[in-house]
Amino acid sequence: MLRLLPRREPSRAMLYLTPFLAVALTMLAGLALFALLGKDPFEAIRIIFLEPLMTLNGLSELTVKAAPLILIATGLAIGFRAGIWNIGAEGQYIMGALAGGCVALAVYPAGGPWLLPLMCLAGAAGGIAWAAIPAMLRTRFATNEILVSLMLVYVAIQFLSAMVHGPLRDPDGLNFPESRLFQGGATVPVLAAGKRAHVGFFFALAAVAAGWVLLGRHIVGFQIKVLGQAPQAARFAGYSERRLVWITFIISGALAGLAGLFEAAGPVGQLVPALPAGYGFTAIIVAFLGRLNPIGILLAGLLMALTYIGGEAAQIAMSLPSATTSVFQGMLLFFLLASDVLVNYRLQFGRASAGSAGKKR
Amino acid sequence: MDLLTGILVSLVVAATPLVFAAIGELVVEKSGVLNLGVEGMMIIGAIAGFAATIETGSYVPGLLAAMLAGALMALLFGVITLSLLANQVASGLALTLFGLGLSALIGQPYSGKSAGAFPHLYIPGLSDLPLIGPLVFGQDGMVYLSLAVVAGVAWFLHRTRAGLVLRAIGENHDAAHAIGYPVVLYRYAALAFGGACAGLGGAYLSLVQAPLWVERMTAGRGWIALALVVFAAWRPWRTVAGAYLFGGVTILQLHGQGLGLKIEAQYLSMLPYLATILVLVLISRSRTVAPASLGKPFHATT
Amino acid sequence: MTRSSDHPLLVLEGISKSFPGVKANDNVSFTLGHGEIHALLGENGAGKSTLVKMIYGVLQPDAGSMHFNGEPYRPRKPSDARAHGIGMVFQHFSLFEALTVNENVALGISPELARDNLAARIVEVSDYYGLKLEPERLVGTLSVGERQRVEIVRCLLQNPRLVIMDEPTSVLTPQEVETLFRTLRRLAEEGCSILYISHKLEEIRSLCDTATVLRGGRVVATTTPAQETARSLAEMMIGTALAAPKRAETAIGPVRLALDGLRIRSDQAFGIDIEDMTLEVRAGEIVGIAGVAGNGQVELIEALIGELRADRADAILIDGKPAGWLGPAARRRLGLASVPEERLGHAAVPDLSLADNVVLSAEVRQELAPGGFINSGKVQTFAQSVIDRFNVKANGVGAAARSLSGGNLQKFVVGREVMQEPTVLVASQPTWGVDAGAAAFIHEVLMDLASKGAAVLVISQDLDELFEISTRIAVIAGGRLSAARPVGELTIEAIGLAMGGKGGAEGSGAHA
Repeated sequence: MLRLLPRREPSRAMLYLTPFLAVALTMLAGLALFALLGKDPFEAIRIIFLEPLMTLNGLSELTVKAAPLILIATGLAIGFRAGIWNIGAEGQYIMGALAGGCVALAVYPAGGPWLLPLMCLAGAAGGIAWAAIPAMLRTRFATNEILVSLMLVYVAIQFLSAMVHGPLRDPDGLNFPESRLFQGGATVPVLAAGKRAHVGFFFALAAVAAGWVLLGRHIVGFQIKVLGQAPQAARFAGYSERRLVWITFIISGALAGLAGLFEAAGPVGQLVPALPAGYGFTAIIVAFLGRLNPIGILLAGLLMALTYIGGEAAQIAMSLPSATTSVFQGMLLFFLLASDVLVNYRLQFGRASAGSAGKKR
Repeated sequence: MDLLTGILVSLVVAATPLVFAAIGELVVEKSGVLNLGVEGMMIIGAIAGFAATIETGSYVPGLLAAMLAGALMALLFGVITLSLLANQVASGLALTLFGLGLSALIGQPYSGKSAGAFPHLYIPGLSDLPLIGPLVFGQDGMVYLSLAVVAGVAWFLHRTRAGLVLRAIGENHDAAHAIGYPVVLYRYAALAFGGACAGLGGAYLSLVQAPLWVERMTAGRGWIALALVVFAAWRPWRTVAGAYLFGGVTILQLHGQGLGLKIEAQYLSMLPYLATILVLVLISRSRTVAPASLGKPFHATT
Repeated sequence: MTRSSDHPLLVLEGISKSFPGVKANDNVSFTLGHGEIHALLGENGAGKSTLVKMIYGVLQPDAGSMHFNGEPYRPRKPSDARAHGIGMVFQHFSLFEALTVNENVALGISPELARDNLAARIVEVSDYYGLKLEPERLVGTLSVGERQRVEIVRCLLQNPRLVIMDEPTSVLTPQEVETLFRTLRRLAEEGCSILYISHKLEEIRSLCDTATVLRGGRVVATTTPAQETARSLAEMMIGTALAAPKRAETAIGPVRLALDGLRIRSDQAFGIDIEDMTLEVRAGEIVGIAGVAGNGQVELIEALIGELRADRADAILIDGKPAGWLGPAARRRLGLASVPEERLGHAAVPDLSLADNVVLSAEVRQELAPGGFINSGKVQTFAQSVIDRFNVKANGVGAAARSLSGGNLQKFVVGREVMQEPTVLVASQPTWGVDAGAAAFIHEVLMDLASKGAAVLVISQDLDELFEISTRIAVIAGGRLSAARPVGELTIEAIGLAMGGKGGAEGSGAHA
């Protein structure tokens, strides 16, 4: 019989250990899953987790996938810390890409050093605008932000589709539902010729640094933590929930919008209906795996990017189904949430006492 | 079938998966648990039901498999949130992400196959009546089942002692524990029921509505079901009203052209989601009556 | 009701129970006779609640044995206890606000009992014992006293042989206490035994036949309370004689806090609206606000802190400046400090360190975050000085708030406010649930603060506490406040009547 005994204080060691435990458990479950699918499990693990790290191209791709995940997850984590659940980052990502892309297409074929910064601003603004809807509805009407932000993902997907089928369709194209390829000055600079790694990764690093300072040193970060852990104490301190809802939605919306813009103006190079690749949802996993801590998110984002690239490689090399990666990611989040119990509780085996365990209140 | 009958029949078809998912989640939330993983349980139910039906060639094992798969997903959520006390919001999201991935993995060999037309009730004479015939006496069996489940839940919650205990646990789990009711056990049971219902709702999509398997075919219906429970103020029959209202919005996109609406398909497809937001805004202005322990972790300390 | 005169009703022998880090009960034995009213007397944390939870089957003892009516008695769950005819009225009611009286009663009794015309039987039993109840009302709309009646009636419907009552009078007006005692005596005459948990000495002296005194989880005495004095009982309970702090005569200064026709609409489902409250608190004064829980105390403290805003800016004046529309931080700037009732989750964030917890309310006046960046050196120094000056037993400034005992955390919270040298301090239930030592310390701190020229307002359900520290006392009932009167002019009876909502300020004055 297994019993849970509450700790007097949360265990800091467990806080940092459990993500590694979750990764290890996911690997084990992954081995079983591959065996079940009739594939050589160790070969699969090697292809997914080691091979991408062995080549320059693999590392370059790693940053390409990690950049949007880290950008979005950092923003989401700031909100999650406050108990404000923006889970519609995918929609904000789409609207950011769309807004930034529209700037490029509007001035086509003009270009210049002013264009990309303008697109970035538009991208962030697009994300903020989309995030402002749940923020406004929550602060004005106390509407549940989880459902609203999520519903807006589906709306954004349809909106993007309507745009590339209609006004933004490439006039010189073959009637495919996609925009023009962005002009030269409207694409994100790559870090090395012939590789797809781009400067977006540096923005992600900057977001991590800024998020770390905000949460660790700044009073706004402190207010966010208090609101998330004890809303009544936040009221006592005089922290405005309305203000914090807006701040967190603006930050997460801006970062998601920026991530969308980098994707559209980077690896993709145009607006297409398939732009939303699920980064907005995977970033939720990244945020939790990183313990809602920006430094942790940096590591978690890289790991998650690895599962994307390795997963693709494994699909090709071992003809694994494409959904394997998302199953992997889902399991990872489950194991992490399950192992969270170790942070606040000690496990005790044995003595099957019917009495419920616990310290006296 | 004239246009009006066609619209009303497809309204019922669009609403029924929402009825299943929402009534299941209603019971879960009445017990004080917030399972945001309805979407994940639905999609797993959709593929499990579809695969079992294709493999056995019969609907009964298909529907049973859908219920079982949904319930298993819910129990997984239960282990993490009730026994290991993880955050319910995060765990619900995890369940959805996991369900979407796993269903795609399981479903790969089944894409492109069709389950064939689901049998409809036919009572000679009655079913041939205009309008009323197809609407009241000519639906598929699942429609009647969904309404029976709602009636059963309404009866259970307000007419049985176990239902009273379930509501009490959702209101104040510490007090219920102090009196001596097994809080966690009731919640596991509620979760399993909610999962089975969500599984049925998913299977309705893949076996009746479509009837074929498409990845991510739930398309946010699990989330809409969650909104419906709030909309219904946790009252069973109001979830039905809400679901049929949403069914009406959904079929606008099917019949939009027929009704002469000159709007791009994409904008019509947005309607159910926009309607959900609108409804959430409207109801959040009134004082709602969520179960007081909803979403709070319970650990018996004394 | 069968009765065996050969055996006492309940015998406990050598009961022990440990929790991680605490030995809650250590070798406890006592005997309870038929029709006896038996007190379990002890301070907060003496192990009374743990002991009765074992009798009621909520917890199981680590060692020792129990006999009920001569038979070995080992309840695994509360329904076992109920099957033996044991009922319990909890201190924190096990009631469900959104359910009706009828449903609440049904939940607490066996299914067979709950079946037929329950509502009629509720009315019957409640009338017989003078505990009026309406079966179809939602419990959330009932007063605290009425809620207790629901618990008691629920118990009585099962024809109990033993009723356990955990601190039943802490939420009642003195008049309601009298009614309750009549009911309990009547029950005892009918042969039902009562186990009565309390730390209120006068009550036990007037009600109970026998008292078992617990201290630190052990039985330190078994005695006949009528033959003891309140003082001798207190010494058994606490172990050492406590010197009651003396209120220093201080000069009364200008008005520092004023309420002028304050109105607040509650934003909670079963909240109380505050109606037209007027009050002045002067420098050097401690004004006490007495009242039964659920009469607007929560709304009042939130309105004073600034969590709820008043309808007019000048409905609350701090040092003459209108503060009704200001938030908590702006009010702190004007010199207000506050101690809400709930320590964990309201006054302090449970999982944050003590250092972080000082930032919560001291940031403004101590300038802990100049330019928005938290000065952690300054924060730690301030937190450490609170710990040192107020004798907070804690594992340093890095200890999580929830790791402290109730008394130590309360000392920390009060200290955090007092160290900011406020000109006005408002506190709600400042010694609720803390041990006698910490309570005495906190009383001293409050009186000291007033004597240095601050205006202090204390909201409390504990009349003894208010009489001990206050200069004037007002009564809150139904969201209204009576006029504050000097302690010397007041009697417990007059306050009790006002607490019951009978007679406003003037009426109670006539009685006094």
